Amino acid sequence: MENLVQIALQNVNLGAILPSLILTCFGMGLLLINVFLPRGTTRHAVWISLIGLVVTGFFVYTGWGNPQYGFNDAVAMDNYAAFFSIIFLFAAGLTILMSDEYLTREGYPVSEYYPLVLFTTAGAMWMASGTDMMTIFLGLEVLSISLYVLAGFFRGQVRSNEAGLKYFLLGAFSTGFLLYGIALIYGVTGSTKLTEIGIYLNAHGSLLENPMTLAGLVLLSIGFLFKIAAAPFHMWTPDVYEGAPTPITAFMSAGPKAAAFAAFLRIMEYCFFSLKPEWTAMLWVLAVLTMIVGNVIAISQTNIKRMLAYSSIAHAGYAMVGMVAANEIGYSGILFYMLAYTFMNIGAFAVLVLAGKKGEENLTLEGFSGFGFKRPFLGVAMTIFLFSLMGLPPTAGFAGKFYIFAGAIKAGYIWLAVIGVLNSAVSLYYYLRIMVYMYFRDPSEDYAWVTMPVTVMISIVIAIIGVFYLGIIPGEVMELAKLAVF
Amino acid sequence: MYDKLWLIPFFPLLGCIINGLLGKRFIKNEKVIGAIGTGAVFLSFLVSCKYLIQLLGDPVKSHENVIASWMSVGTVQVDWGFLLDPLSALMLMVVCGVGSLIHLYSIGYMHGEEGFYRYFSYLNLFVFSMLMLVLGNNALVMFVGWEGVGLCSYLLIGYYFEKQSAGDAAKKAFVMNRVGDFGFLLGLFTIFWTLGSKHGVWTINFMEINENAHLLSGDMMLGLGVTTVATLCFFLGATGKSAQLPLFTWLPDAMEGPTPVSALIHAATMVTAGVYMIGRMNVLFAMSPTTMAVVALVGALTAIFAASIGFAQNDIKRVLAYSTVSQLGFMFVAMGVGAFTAGIFHLMTHAFFKACLFLGSGSVIHAMHHALHHAHLHDDPQDMRNMGGLRKKMPVTWATFGISCLAISGLPFFSGFFSKDEILWWAFASTRGSKLVWGIAVVAACMTAFYMFRCLYMTFHGEQRTNAKAKDHVHESPWVITLPLVVLAFLATVGGLIGIPHVLGNLVGHIPNKLEHFLAPVFEHSQHLYEIEAHGTAATEVSLMVLSVLIALVGIAVATVMYMKNPELPGKFTRKFSQLHRWVFNKWYVDEAYDVLFVNSTKKLGTFCWRGFDVKVIDGIVNGLAKLVGACSAVLRHTQTGLFQNYALTMVFGTVVMVAIFILN
Repeated sequence: MENLVQIALQNVNLGAILPSLILTCFGMGLLLINVFLPRGTTRHAVWISLIGLVVTGFFVYTGWGNPQYGFNDAVAMDNYAAFFSIIFLFAAGLTILMSDEYLTREGYPVSEYYPLVLFTTAGAMWMASGTDMMTIFLGLEVLSISLYVLAGFFRGQVRSNEAGLKYFLLGAFSTGFLLYGIALIYGVTGSTKLTEIGIYLNAHGSLLENPMTLAGLVLLSIGFLFKIAAAPFHMWTPDVYEGAPTPITAFMSAGPKAAAFAAFLRIMEYCFFSLKPEWTAMLWVLAVLTMIVGNVIAISQTNIKRMLAYSSIAHAGYAMVGMVAANEIGYSGILFYMLAYTFMNIGAFAVLVLAGKKGEENLTLEGFSGFGFKRPFLGVAMTIFLFSLMGLPPTAGFAGKFYIFAGAIKAGYIWLAVIGVLNSAVSLYYYLRIMVYMYFRDPSEDYAWVTMPVTVMISIVIAIIGVFYLGIIPGEVMELAKLAVF
Repeated sequence: MYDKLWLIPFFPLLGCIINGLLGKRFIKNEKVIGAIGTGAVFLSFLVSCKYLIQLLGDPVKSHENVIASWMSVGTVQVDWGFLLDPLSALMLMVVCGVGSLIHLYSIGYMHGEEGFYRYFSYLNLFVFSMLMLVLGNNALVMFVGWEGVGLCSYLLIGYYFEKQSAGDAAKKAFVMNRVGDFGFLLGLFTIFWTLGSKHGVWTINFMEINENAHLLSGDMMLGLGVTTVATLCFFLGATGKSAQLPLFTWLPDAMEGPTPVSALIHAATMVTAGVYMIGRMNVLFAMSPTTMAVVALVGALTAIFAASIGFAQNDIKRVLAYSTVSQLGFMFVAMGVGAFTAGIFHLMTHAFFKACLFLGSGSVIHAMHHALHHAHLHDDPQDMRNMGGLRKKMPVTWATFGISCLAISGLPFFSGFFSKDEILWWAFASTRGSKLVWGIAVVAACMTAFYMFRCLYMTFHGEQRTNAKAKDHVHESPWVITLPLVVLAFLATVGGLIGIPHVLGNLVGHIPNKLEHFLAPVFEHSQHLYEIEAHGTAATEVSLMVLSVLIALVGIAVATVMYMKNPELPGKFTRKFSQLHRWVFNKWYVDEAYDVLFVNSTKKLGTFCWRGFDVKVIDGIVNGLAKLVGACSAVLRHTQTGLFQNYALTMVFGTVVMVAIFILN
């Protein structure tokens, strides 16, 4: 018995999960504190969560360049995981900053919201640092279950309920695919460890053509393709994004999506490097499909939140181009792009949060008529984020797309890059249309009700700084991203 | 040691942001806005001075300061980096030094203007861009500055945007500059691509280009040497930015902007960017004698052509504008004959006396404007025919203007004398020189003296022709305006002493040519490698010097006779040679010729393409595509039924297809 304990402890190495452990502790502590405080007070939760995120961020930062492995190689807190963790922490931080005002306004000043965001983030970090199918699955479930609750957080609103339920049902459905895929791969290789699977498949060439391996690969992929909202597994996105509370929509489109990319990319690279030609071909088709579906349907949307949902599908398509490229620039391009997307997309949603009023959010294009003149700061901020989403220099979006398409060209996928650029051109239409409404239409209503609380302004300013920093000096972060990929 | 170079462009950028964002709503106070704008540039000046002194005492003469990686793709690495060497250090002194004086001047000149904050924000942005252009350690950073100064020039020419002519002039400047920029980019691509693909050196860093330029010596392109093609493209860029033939017509129109802007951007700094660029890439230019000959000839022709137009202009600022074009021609003559030091020297002295002349004209216009305004008259405050005899009313302005006229005419021991003489000497004696270029330049120098003194006499001497009602309201300007004038006039007087030619230095007793020594690390290499030097005896040099002084005196004498002694002479002249006068007065009809040749034909082509091709074919395709995309969008959105069963079905369908394809393959 004593021996067993010793063996187990030897391989634990808490250092490998230290950041996510801290975050979880903060989340649980917050839940406990909430018991002793009267309902309706949320201010403390905002600050405690932010402190938690900063402390976690500090430990991630100090762990850079010093990879920790633990739990029998089921967890690896390496540079790759650290880079993604920073993305999640930024996403969570910006989301929390814009939530307080919004929750109060919508009549749900419930402090359980914040621990849920923290748990989602912790789940995302396990997905990024998992090197065992089970760890990744565990992370995915922690993340998903918290998100189901958050999507349906406004119990009294039908749309929010619908979003939560739909997300839950389809999420469970896709988890089935994922688990089945894991099971098949386990059946073929006899392991759930990513590196062991990769070595085994590489050593047994005949397995590469085994239908069970291939089916396992496809089913496994589908689990992640669902999470990153790649076509044709994207259909939940518009409904859920539209129905969920706006800050949660912003969060979902940045943090969890990046987490899915993190796990997906690691599994593909660790386990299936022998099948690279096959899965890059599959992703080529899906990337094109995703970009086209996202951009084309976004054109006919009149609800900005829904439009941004389709745009987020399209952006997942751009990031997939980096996976198809499957080289250093492409991979580090994905990391860079996810960080860039976090800033520009959450920034855009933060403006949407401020533009809303109680009960009815101001989300239609018409509602933005003349907004740029009535609220010059918010107008300019929105313009910056939209320029970045379009991919115009000197913003983060441009640098991100530049790296990803450069990776594709370097790998010889000229046409894929061409299709990507053409899709960016299509996207100009619907992004510019918001600006047309903001600056070229007379205001249809008075914007006197728009409030500018400090916390939301902070998140907008951080996002603007991020967008310009990554856009003007992309080299530095890109160097880090290069150190982070395999 | 040199790791704070970025501070130099940073201060003006900060000033621009503060004034631009907060000026209108929060600061409001003109004095504070002016102090922020001027202070920012002055701080840059102080930092520049510190680095100049440091550089003087440093045996290593070129230092790079990389602050961040801009982009790195494969083997190409582009940084946000700065380069400090004698050439950029000298430019820093000119840009920041003259820049801070003109900022100070602007506080007085722009007093009470609507959009005071906007003016200072733009002006700071301009200085920032110019400093990026000067300090950039690679061609892309320089290009950012290059485009930035073009943008600021556009914004400031169109400062009075409610005036149709100002808007038109701004557009004209921008379009003509774009033509030149196109050349700059083509040249850059040529060098970058040839160096990379043929020799494996993928770089746009100036130091690396200079080090590896010799690799290009055998490469051919379009039947010419690669360096010839590239440098001709670069020179096209220079003609746009520095207003040389054939792209010079925007500069006179640019006088629509406020006068300090004309002094800073369209005389002292931005328009010299082309000269600076050639200096920066002197190795490439030195490799191509063909390009150098073209540069020298274009410079000489511009010098004489613009000087001839200067004869007949009555608008004081227009005279100065054509004079600037002409003087820039001199600088290009210098670069073309391989006298890089002399070109940069003339750039510097010209910055002093031309800025002083422009600011002096601004002082006059300012006074005239107030006087005319006071008397409720609508006479043109810039027309020299309304001036005359202002010497008594505005003594400081008169004195400084006069000194600058002496300097630009090249009278001995004023700054212009040293720099212009050096250019003429090299044009005459350099291995890349030619007697033709020298001859043209000498004639142009004579003409310069004539029209500058014509301008001086018409403005300050003789009888005051201002409307009687306004006559007595003309006053000297306040100190913020006259102080910069005095400082600049002082510099215009003594600024030439840092570059005393060897001949004179030896006569008096071993005074070295400090400037040549200072700039040697930048230019010596290429001059030595490609055997560019001036041969000739000291006697020849001295006699040429005497000749050019005499010729300047002739110009001044003619002007004195025509405009002081016999004021009716010009009228007679005009009547006698009315045909010629009309041509000169109308600037040789170059604008009209461009209108006929390029503008109208382009417009016609445009109209044809628009009506015939665009509307029917392209719009058809585009609208068709847009409709197609829209229709697809409308159809596809119906797949979004809202029923999650349908979504699940789609997923299953996708899965089945994917698995099937995978396994069947």
